[in-house]
Amino acid sequence: MFVQKSSAVMLWEIEITAQQPYVDREANRVVSESGGLGCSTITQVASARVFLVEGELDLAQVDSIRRLLTDPVTEQATIKRLDLESSTDSSESEQAQVNVLFKPGMTDNVAYSTRRELQERGLPVTDVATCRRYWFDASAENSEIQRTIAKTLANDAIERVIRGPLQLKTIAIGHDVPFELKTVKLAGLSDEELMTISRENLLSLSLVEMHTIQDYFAKLNRDPTDIELETVAQTWSEHCSHKTLAGRIRYTEGGQTRQFENMLKETIFAATVQIRKQLGENDWCVSVFKDNAGIVTFNDKYDACFKVETHNRPSALEPYGGANTGIGGVIRDCLGTGLGGRPVANTDVFCFAPPETPHSELPPGVLHPKTIARGVISGVRDYGNRMGIPTVNGAVYFDDRYIGNPLVFCGNVAVIPKGKSEKVVSPGEYIVAIGGRTGLDGIHGATFSSAVLTDKSEETSGGAVQIGNAITEKMVADVVLKARDRNLFSAITDCGAGGFSSAIGEMGEETGAEVWLDRAPLKYSGLSYMEIWISEAQERMVLSVPKEKWEEFEQVCASEGVEAVILGLFTDTKQLVLKYQDQLVGNVAMAFLHDGRPPIIRDATYTPKESTAVSLPEGIDLNQTLLKTLGAPNVCSKEWIIRQYDHEVQGGSVVKPLVGVKHDGPSDAAVVQPDFDSPKGLVISNGMNPHYGEIDPYWMAISAVDEAIRNCVAVGADPQKIAILDNFCWGNTDRPETLGALVRSALGCQQAALEFGTPFVSGKDSLHNEFTYEKDGETQVVSIPYSLLISALGQIDEIEHCVTMDLKSVENRVAIVGTTRNELGGSHFNLVENLSGGEVPIVDFAEARKIFAAIYTAHNQQLIRSCHDLSEGGLAVAAAEMAFAGELGLDLSLENIPYSSDLEDIALLFAESNSRFLIEVTPENVGQIETLFKEVPFAWLGEVTDSSEVSIRNASGDVLINQNIADLKSAWQKTLAWG
Amino acid sequence: MSSTPRICVLRAPGTNSDHETCYAFEQAGGKVDNVHVFELTESPERLQDYQILCIPGGFSYGDDIGAGVIFAGQIRRKMGDLLHAHLQRDTLTLGICNGFQVLLKSGILPNGTEDWTPGPEFEREATLTWNNNGKYTARWVKMVVDSPQNVFLKGIETIEMPLAHAEGKLCVANEDLLNSWKANRQIAVRYCDDSHSANDEVLSEEYNPNGSVANIAGLSDVSGRVLGLMPHPERFIKATHHPSWTRRPERGPGDGLKLFQNAVNYFA
Repeated sequence: MFVQKSSAVMLWEIEITAQQPYVDREANRVVSESGGLGCSTITQVASARVFLVEGELDLAQVDSIRRLLTDPVTEQATIKRLDLESSTDSSESEQAQVNVLFKPGMTDNVAYSTRRELQERGLPVTDVATCRRYWFDASAENSEIQRTIAKTLANDAIERVIRGPLQLKTIAIGHDVPFELKTVKLAGLSDEELMTISRENLLSLSLVEMHTIQDYFAKLNRDPTDIELETVAQTWSEHCSHKTLAGRIRYTEGGQTRQFENMLKETIFAATVQIRKQLGENDWCVSVFKDNAGIVTFNDKYDACFKVETHNRPSALEPYGGANTGIGGVIRDCLGTGLGGRPVANTDVFCFAPPETPHSELPPGVLHPKTIARGVISGVRDYGNRMGIPTVNGAVYFDDRYIGNPLVFCGNVAVIPKGKSEKVVSPGEYIVAIGGRTGLDGIHGATFSSAVLTDKSEETSGGAVQIGNAITEKMVADVVLKARDRNLFSAITDCGAGGFSSAIGEMGEETGAEVWLDRAPLKYSGLSYMEIWISEAQERMVLSVPKEKWEEFEQVCASEGVEAVILGLFTDTKQLVLKYQDQLVGNVAMAFLHDGRPPIIRDATYTPKESTAVSLPEGIDLNQTLLKTLGAPNVCSKEWIIRQYDHEVQGGSVVKPLVGVKHDGPSDAAVVQPDFDSPKGLVISNGMNPHYGEIDPYWMAISAVDEAIRNCVAVGADPQKIAILDNFCWGNTDRPETLGALVRSALGCQQAALEFGTPFVSGKDSLHNEFTYEKDGETQVVSIPYSLLISALGQIDEIEHCVTMDLKSVENRVAIVGTTRNELGGSHFNLVENLSGGEVPIVDFAEARKIFAAIYTAHNQQLIRSCHDLSEGGLAVAAAEMAFAGELGLDLSLENIPYSSDLEDIALLFAESNSRFLIEVTPENVGQIETLFKEVPFAWLGEVTDSSEVSIRNASGDVLINQNIADLKSAWQKTLAWG
Repeated sequence: MSSTPRICVLRAPGTNSDHETCYAFEQAGGKVDNVHVFELTESPERLQDYQILCIPGGFSYGDDIGAGVIFAGQIRRKMGDLLHAHLQRDTLTLGICNGFQVLLKSGILPNGTEDWTPGPEFEREATLTWNNNGKYTARWVKMVVDSPQNVFLKGIETIEMPLAHAEGKLCVANEDLLNSWKANRQIAVRYCDDSHSANDEVLSEEYNPNGSVANIAGLSDVSGRVLGLMPHPERFIKATHHPSWTRRPERGPGDGLKLFQNAVNYFA
């Protein structure tokens, strides 16, 4: 008998709007931002948040949903049934209404939570989607509505726009696809045909690599399956294997050629090896360059983990999701280090094009830098805050050349119990996946992030963009740490680029693995075995769980609502075996995956630049220069960003990013206390100087290390126990001179690490940060500046000895420590005065070591009341910041300032020479300080006053700077106060 | 009565301030359990073991349907009767940040120990909604105490704490509600300026970052045994938590610890 199928699905819409007198904030945002785009007719906008709920629901049930979703005080809502609506709705002008929905399959956290809650309440809901709705009044011009949609309402990488009332009948997605094994014919193909396969499948494999794969399968007498080819491409991708920097490089500099077998290993890693050897029994590195994060010793109970990652390409296309998943990924790095670190702090550094860039000057396919900045900041905010990890440190750099390639560095610090830093996979253990479900998210993220961005990226690569779910990750973190403490697993790693393929491929490298792909829980049906394998869906971890521990492990996960499944077995075959519904779909040797990649040999050249003197202008108003420098976007206050980050959750905050009387002065570094039972603190700082790289990438690197260290030391860290990370973001390293600059800066890193005894413990690189587009029929290439971020993790034994940068009391004496040199090259002085030339800052290592040691000793004896490092803007900026943060005046003279050779006043004020500090000392400690600092360049410059003025005189007594602290502060604060 | 109260710090998926809140109660001398809501909804009778219930900060269930809404619904549906019994006993209840949002959205505030009744739905006349600036905001605030009967605030006149939230603006559906709070001394803490004065006129963002009506930072119930507040006392239990501690002579405990000590000492 024929059974009548139940009636068609019901699709209900609940439209929620602000109730008087509460304002429609989203509408106000749209009006304000479209005004910024030059749209003059967008003056009246209304908005609604809309829920689409599918299921066989009666009106009373839908009304109960309405009550759940609507705030009874500030909102009101209407209900209608969409699947019955006629296609023409007379009450709405089609032009006026705009609906923005996620593209099918995008992560929609609100919809997901809503569906779960409604189902939990026993309502027959099958699906929920959210939508943002806008109405423009009749005076709005269509072209301006279009522009507003494109620039402020929707990002077509993740969202779709429907003009006019919704005419959806269903929101269900997914469908079953029958299993079909696909092979890719490689046998007998020509070079051209091989490269076509690489390109069309977005494999990013070179011809040599394609040949190697062709040969491997020829020996096996068969062609690869699609999943085998894809697995090789993922494993060999730049993103996963760092084949360029860890590869062979022939480096030529000044007629000398040096051959590297593994450039990173022979420079940065070599420095760490040597430092550890010198430390001998006192070696405080625990695990370096081998796990997801570097690990160093901390206190009796814990070691500390540190990792900084980049997430540049996704952030260029979808800033919110890109930054969101960037921070989510680096948190999982620490969670997946050893047997699981507990995240205690985040750090974020961004590089954007200037926010005032006119829309008319944007290359095609590029989002406006302010849109990118807002999106990135919101993405970091929403993920970090929800995870309950304080974001304590960061920086923002602006340069025109980040226009197509913004940089997003996300870092995480974690603590891990002593003895939990090693992981060992044993054959016979289950491969277990926990956390988020697998969907089509980010398919091709890994290979895509190794390819150069073009103005077509937005169209062709949308699938590489995704949004995270911080709560899922928080739940995963909670159960991982619980299971770790019960010894329920023997290895763990996170699913990042390449998804399961990279995670399981890495974990099973020494053993072998058999994976049952159909076991993976899916967000929706319709994924092929290959899509499951390479999906980069977020918030997933892979663990190796001994069979006898599985039951308890599963119970721990279930007790907190985390999904866990057995995905296969680690074996002793040294083969990677992939099965789907019991059928073999892949079988590749681990050795081929991990060691079969043909070595790449690249050429690198570096040609030193002739140094040119900077010709200083006459009669310059130095007060104006100081105000301009304070307001320069790289120097100015980042309070607008910082206040959106929870920087105190977990209760470990000691030195916050903003300090001083009004809690608005710029701290040199952040300090957190991760273990309440121990007085020790972790100190987090960074250093980065893209502008120095144009003069010499070697000194750029050394300056970045010096800056990161001195920031740590300024607040109280022990200079003998600072661990650092390198993050290279570079242009196209296929060009020998671009790679040459990178090699030279790696040599700088090596030198600085050795001289300071400051080991690199982990690092990452992101190459090919170039943007190409057509302009007037010609191809334009924008390559980012050499961008090396050095992140530092310092330690302090007693958090109560921390020192902040704000001036403390009238009549205290102020001194400068360190030598000022004629170093205006790449300086902010040059930048704001539109000058070029000058010498790049160098470091006198012997002197710098003594200075750092003396500052540390003085801090330990609590002899210094405030301490600020001199960096962008030099002495003048540091003095101004100390004064306005402490709401006190300063009366300084440059008469006795230690300098290297005759310097003009301008250089004394604004040179960015390294290894320098300003310190404030109470009168009774002057003698002790003089004794402590007698071996290093040191001079008293003046004292703290109650005058509200910063006054700086030269050796002849002429007043160079005399400025009210309120004006200085206002100049510093207004640039990035975006509201 | 036992001299050391047992405290249930109740977390849900997305709660993120449970560890430091437990630590604060421990420092105050309490005996604390960090309890997942799934455990309690499975066996709600466990609530009888506790003298203090605390819902800490975070983003329960992502705050995806309004801050605290899902957690509040769970409490009403799955442990309503036992929660009612808990409130009827001589117990204390504290909600911090997201916990305050949960207390308000489940009606435990402002109704409190005397008037709260369990059940799936109820009429709600007050809410915590988006900050006036439309953004998540983290900064320190000064507050004055305005609720003499509240157990947690005993002996405190003014206090500083950090707040960190997006939906902390307290709104009322009608003036009568506000007036009844005043009459019953339920306005527990108000944001204030440097001179510690606060009235109904909403202060600037520097002092009242979310724009709450009448500068309300926290609510008490009539009995004084329930407190909900947006700022975080558990983030000021050491002097070094204060953003200007390097300028101040104080070392040792921070002022926020007093709230936890008051709670524990209530049972001494």
